[in-house]
Amino acid sequence: MAISEKDVKHVAWLARLALTDEEVQKFTQQLDVILEHAGKIAELDVENVPPTSHAIPIRNVFREDEVGVCLAPEEALLNAPKKENQSFVVPRIV
Amino acid sequence: MEFESIIGLEIHVELATKSKMFCACSTRFGEEPNTQTCPVCLGLPGSLPVANEKAIEYVIKSGLAVGCDISLYSVFHRKNYFYPDMPKNYQISQYDLPLCVNGHIDLDMEGYETRIGITRIHLEEDTGKLIHVGGAGRIAGAEYSLVDFNRAGVPLMEIVSEPDIRTPEEAKAYAQKLRSILLALGVSDVSMEKGSMRVDANVSIRPKGSTEFGVKTELKNLNSFRSLQRALAYEIERQKKAIEAGEVIVQETRHWDENKGVTSTLRTKEYAHDYRYFPDPDLVPMEFKSDWIEKLRAELPELPDERKQRFMKDYGLPAHDARLLTEDKPMGDFFEETIALYKGDPKFVSNWLLGDISYYLNTENLEIDETAITPRHLADLLRLIDQGVISGKIAKEIFPEIFETGKLPQVIVEEKGMTQISDESEISSIVDLVLQENPGAVKEYREGKERALGFLVGQVMRLTKGRANPQLVNRLLREKL
Repeated sequence: MAISEKDVKHVAWLARLALTDEEVQKFTQQLDVILEHAGKIAELDVENVPPTSHAIPIRNVFREDEVGVCLAPEEALLNAPKKENQSFVVPRIV
Repeated sequence: MEFESIIGLEIHVELATKSKMFCACSTRFGEEPNTQTCPVCLGLPGSLPVANEKAIEYVIKSGLAVGCDISLYSVFHRKNYFYPDMPKNYQISQYDLPLCVNGHIDLDMEGYETRIGITRIHLEEDTGKLIHVGGAGRIAGAEYSLVDFNRAGVPLMEIVSEPDIRTPEEAKAYAQKLRSILLALGVSDVSMEKGSMRVDANVSIRPKGSTEFGVKTELKNLNSFRSLQRALAYEIERQKKAIEAGEVIVQETRHWDENKGVTSTLRTKEYAHDYRYFPDPDLVPMEFKSDWIEKLRAELPELPDERKQRFMKDYGLPAHDARLLTEDKPMGDFFEETIALYKGDPKFVSNWLLGDISYYLNTENLEIDETAITPRHLADLLRLIDQGVISGKIAKEIFPEIFETGKLPQVIVEEKGMTQISDESEISSIVDLVLQENPGAVKEYREGKERALGFLVGQVMRLTKGRANPQLVNRLLREKL
């Protein structure tokens, strides 16, 4: 196995996903297959190949430091489940 | 047992760009909540970030100013975690390919010099601002919180020092020096009060001579240079006492309470610091050409250390004065502009700036460019003293009025009739009067009590409301006695 149920639970917690025991089992098996497939790369010598983060060789896409138009606050808050004082309301943090 | 402390600072600085790091929203401070947001900085689905070139330039210039190597290839990473002030649930930051590495800042500790290494400088985005409701506004005990995303996405530069700092004083000096460099570069307004400069300190202690590191704690809520120094001094003592009592130091984040003067465990939800950094697929890598970096290097303005050397050489100032005047760019500019107008003794100008003016600025918590006083005011005032129109004492007296009203010194002096009396016959008659009225003091002086002279001078000053020329009063009194 390339991944354990414990790993899956940990990753689920990091992503704030509540998984049932059945789901943990199911995803452990599926992720194992995926990781095994991705693991094939370890069979190759990639010593001199730089890690690829982007498939297309584009560099330096920048913008000028200019101020544009922003959303009106009521638009920004349109989908907020709760609002107060023109702000998003979030439940207690600690 | 003798301990030494090991301190490293992580300093976050908001860059003074007009627009945010990855979108065109304004970065203006102090606006109404959620008036400066857009789909990108709110993390709405389908929005795409584009990097602000100016912010990248600012970071590279900062790196060059502190002797960093600039990376010719650099990448933005996603730092994944959940917190309500961060709309995307990841922060765009940098990981193993930061813009700048391996710099340093040299500190003149007046007695010894020390070099503090800079591990790295990277660029990221700021988070939103939380306002806690209930629980006296502190996060612990709050019922709920309000989020304002105006600050979310403002370019944030993080400067990480090596653990080369050994005392709270060095920590303060390092942070101040860094601030003065960034101020000279004009890349940020670096205000601890407004939160555009935020300092976190890592500190551990170890027996002197040991080469291993002890367990460190991280200090937060250091809102001024003074609290940085105080918090570190407190925390070092706390760790010493704990170790001497056989306790174990726990690696944790501690909150500095400025009023109580103590640090305490910061209660937060347990975090697995497992950020799963990965290159942001929405942002393409950056590649810089050496000649572009050299062009930026050539554009660097005069930095505080260079300016300090020049002030010592050109104006003959002592190192102490030169350092203080160049720590703060507006202060150094004010000094030079005053000299240009006044054309007198630079040390005289320095004494006034570092004495009465700095005292006033500290008391009122103002920067020199936030008051009504201009170099012309100071130049005129010093000239009035040189010409004997007013005494140094009168000059000090009218100072607050200059600050508050911006009136020129000669105008205030005339309005208040504060011109110094340098007319010998006028002072002479007052001296006579004082001698007549104080036979006791006269007798004491003649019996050899030098102190009595001071009393008599004081009497003359009282009668002339401080306007008599002190040298003249002294001379006339001695002659007549």
